[in-house]
Amino acid sequence: MTDKVLSPPNHVEPLVFTRDQLDWLPWLEPMAEQDLTARHMAGLVDAARAKSPYFRLLARDPEVLEARTRTDKDIFYNPEAGLPRAERELAAAATSRYNGCIYCASVHVRFAATYSKRVDDVDHLLAEGVGVNLDARWNAIVAASVALTSTPIAFGPEHIDGLRKVGLDEASIVDVINAASFFNWANRLMLSLGEPAAAGKG
Amino acid sequence: MPDVIDTLAGIAPGSPLDAVRAQRPQARLHAQASYDSLFAPLSEADATKPERFAIACFVAGLHGRPEMEAFYGSGLAAAGASTALQAAIGAAVTAARVEGPYGHYPKGPLSAEDKAGPVHRIAAPTRDALGRRLAAAFEHAHMLVFHPRDSAPTYLQALLDAGWSTTGVVVISQLVAFLSYQIRVVAGLRVLNARPA
Repeated sequence: MTDKVLSPPNHVEPLVFTRDQLDWLPWLEPMAEQDLTARHMAGLVDAARAKSPYFRLLARDPEVLEARTRTDKDIFYNPEAGLPRAERELAAAATSRYNGCIYCASVHVRFAATYSKRVDDVDHLLAEGVGVNLDARWNAIVAASVALTSTPIAFGPEHIDGLRKVGLDEASIVDVINAASFFNWANRLMLSLGEPAAAGKG
Repeated sequence: MPDVIDTLAGIAPGSPLDAVRAQRPQARLHAQASYDSLFAPLSEADATKPERFAIACFVAGLHGRPEMEAFYGSGLAAAGASTALQAAIGAAVTAARVEGPYGHYPKGPLSAEDKAGPVHRIAAPTRDALGRRLAAAFEHAHMLVFHPRDSAPTYLQALLDAGWSTTGVVVISQLVAFLSYQIRVVAGLRVLNARPA
């Protein structure tokens, strides 16, 4: 048996949740760029992802990677109806904060801040965690995401009622369910196959 | 095959939630494609179908979701698993259920948020019934389900040591992570379905 785990090169480990751009270092050997076939490129969906060690590691199973990527893009980028993008990102960020994925949280708080312009609220979520008091609407989205992320799952009719009370329609509630659930997928890959590093500090 | 999430969430064709789900057509299609690729893979070289269904049964059991346990239990039986293996998975689930997420952060300001919890080891008789590969996969799955922020290279080394390839580890990781998503979408939609506006 020749497979073994990688020792990441010297790097600065982030010790707090941050909005900064982070790098990600794999613990298993990604596919080499020159070994990517048409099948793997199809799995990557965006050709630019061939530069990412994370996506080249997941490209070892290209069919699952492609399906996962297309699921992700529709949940977050589809502009039809439902929840505004900023609040889909809020659900992703709250889920990541609660599971403890510093890398995923950094990416999705940046999106949440960009689309909502509520940089202070996003920073409070990072600093204080999911018990933070933002406003009624954001609190309801965070609470629903956290309840769905707990194991056993603690999401119940009270969370549906809470989301309706702050103005979410059925499509928006489904977006919260999709976004928080999807980040339970993403967090587990990012946390368990490698580690974050401060960008450009080696 | 009918859409697994719709079926398990009880979303009937033509119902209001069916129409809402149809507004995210790619997500619906590719969540199903994810399921198909994981459980009817092009190649079983790195993880066999019975292994995949066994891991799914364990993960469904850790979440305590009867609809998911029944669904993956049928899949495991159809994949040809012995009754002894099915019993061993049941025993493994009973011994393993806790509450998550817990775990540690890198030493520093976040250490105040560390939450203690067990690193699960499968007991000897169950371990023998599961075999080395599945026992290692289950111990990893337990960490991924309940305390993913404790992840470390040593967990991956344990899988490699038990005979999983690097690609096999990627498959296990996708499997457990996908199930963490699918189980929650189904749970959330069931609650919504039972609470019409």
